[in-house]
Amino acid sequence: MNRHKIETVVHGIFLVMGLVTIACVLMITVYLIIAGIPAIREIGLIDFLFGTEWASTASDPKYGILPFILTSIYGTAGAMVIGVPVGFMTAVFTAKIAPFKVRTIIEEAVSLLAGIPSVVYGLVGMLVLVPGIRELFDIPDGASLLAAIIVLAIMTLPSIISVSLTALEAVPKEYEEASLALGATEVETYFKVSVPAAKSGIAAAVVLGVGRAIGEAMAVMMVSGNAPNMPDSIFQSVRFLTTAVASEMSYSSGLQREALFSIALVLFLFIMMINAALNFLMKHDKEN
Amino acid sequence: MKKRIGTMAVLGLAAMSLAACGSSAEETTAAATTTAAAAEAETEAETEAETEAETEAETEAAAEELSGSVATDGSTSMESVIGILGESFMQLYPDVTFTYNPTGSGSGITAVQEGRCDIGLSSRALKDEETASGLKGETVALDGIAMIVNNENPVADLSIEQIAQIYTGEITNWSEVGGNDEEIVLIGREAGSGTRDGFESITGTEDACQYRQELTSTGDVITTVSQNPAAIGYASLASVSDQVKAITVEGVEATEDTVRDGSYKIQRPFVLVTKDGEALSTQAQAFYDYAMSSDVADLIAQAGAVAIH
Repeated sequence: MNRHKIETVVHGIFLVMGLVTIACVLMITVYLIIAGIPAIREIGLIDFLFGTEWASTASDPKYGILPFILTSIYGTAGAMVIGVPVGFMTAVFTAKIAPFKVRTIIEEAVSLLAGIPSVVYGLVGMLVLVPGIRELFDIPDGASLLAAIIVLAIMTLPSIISVSLTALEAVPKEYEEASLALGATEVETYFKVSVPAAKSGIAAAVVLGVGRAIGEAMAVMMVSGNAPNMPDSIFQSVRFLTTAVASEMSYSSGLQREALFSIALVLFLFIMMINAALNFLMKHDKEN
Repeated sequence: MKKRIGTMAVLGLAAMSLAACGSSAEETTAAATTTAAAAEAETEAETEAETEAETEAETEAAAEELSGSVATDGSTSMESVIGILGESFMQLYPDVTFTYNPTGSGSGITAVQEGRCDIGLSSRALKDEETASGLKGETVALDGIAMIVNNENPVADLSIEQIAQIYTGEITNWSEVGGNDEEIVLIGREAGSGTRDGFESITGTEDACQYRQELTSTGDVITTVSQNPAAIGYASLASVSDQVKAITVEGVEATEDTVRDGSYKIQRPFVLVTKDGEALSTQAQAFYDYAMSSDVADLIAQAGAVAIH
């Protein structure tokens, strides 16, 4: 009887703790929707999402966030174009080919990379990468979409590598042994047997990387130039959805401030979509 | 049966807690009496001490008499100056509540007119029609904005007109103003920043600047300009270091002295606005006098502005 009661009480405590998390998510969602809708209604959904000009403090203010949306999409896509091949190859090498010592070094390096604060990435980018791009491409200023893409690619590497690594390691040894016994070479085995068997795990790694890239603010704010231009070229100074909110929030007021909340809402919807994709892949993975 | 036990247990608990309350309440009363007695004794001692102190420093005694609130409203650029003044004022007079509503110079002036605040804050001089409508403005500090370029840049002087042309994109190469053949890289601050607002309103380039980079702090502007030989930026006078070169504007170097005597042009006044001929509340008047006194010069300098009193 007594033990039963303790069990019930403990269950209750766990339930409350679980509800705290759910309550936080709900509160943030509800708050973002309540805070984000008024400006969209005032500006107009089409003008807000597809307007190409952002001039929030001008005497005739313009609140078009298409440049930010496109920049976020291009920036994330660019980061994946660089980050996925590098991360994927690293994962295959670490899981299958590397000798034990090399493997330990790579794993240590990856976890160290994951632990570096984003402001440090931004600072190094600002002091090394931005002047480097300026000199390498002989352009007036190096703060650009390209600089942001490179920083984001490096920042997403740890999540891509560690998740694909886990997926590759989960491939049963028998698959590979069977392939080798049938006369396939090692590299053939890795790419035709191991990787296809781990494909949903690797896809999840990519989606996780996308989520990390699209939500990053601090590091890109320091290297992207932050002018609200349309991302016409990779050398253009651009502003991301995240940095649009972060850079103007401190002094904002009135409709400008409300519009920043609306940008946050758009960003939140993007993240929700990415999460949904991730959940779908994970579920798919489990069913197989 | 189980249920009934539960109810009884609850009742029992309630009764117990009531009883506990009773006893603790008694104790508290007793405790309260003793503290009251002690407090009385203390007050007596304090009053004696105070009368002594009063003869020494009358202002200190007055400090404790002031209470109520001082409401200010206006310029966002004045945030750091008014913030530091408000904080130190509240330390002197702990019973006074100081509020600052960052709405912009125009709204601040309207707020004084409509009696919605005690003191309005404006980062520009009052216009004639505003003075005519019964308002009075007095400058509390000056804000000087330095133009900075990379240390390697040979350009040493620009006129305000040239600066305006550079920032609006009419002049795009340093060779047009006597420098190297390099494309000019315009570094500025984010929308809403007081420094940006000040710079653009003084040079007449509102909403027309073709920024290459919009950075969120003075430090970032200075670092970026120090990294790029073709960059130009603006920064609050107080924060300029030797990492970058501050150029002269129309032949005048940006220093506290040239800002104070008005010969350095990229500057603007920080003005306290009140209704002319209408008395402020005691506490608001005290703050006004405090802000205008020479005691706060260090605080104003700390906030990045140039003190004039």
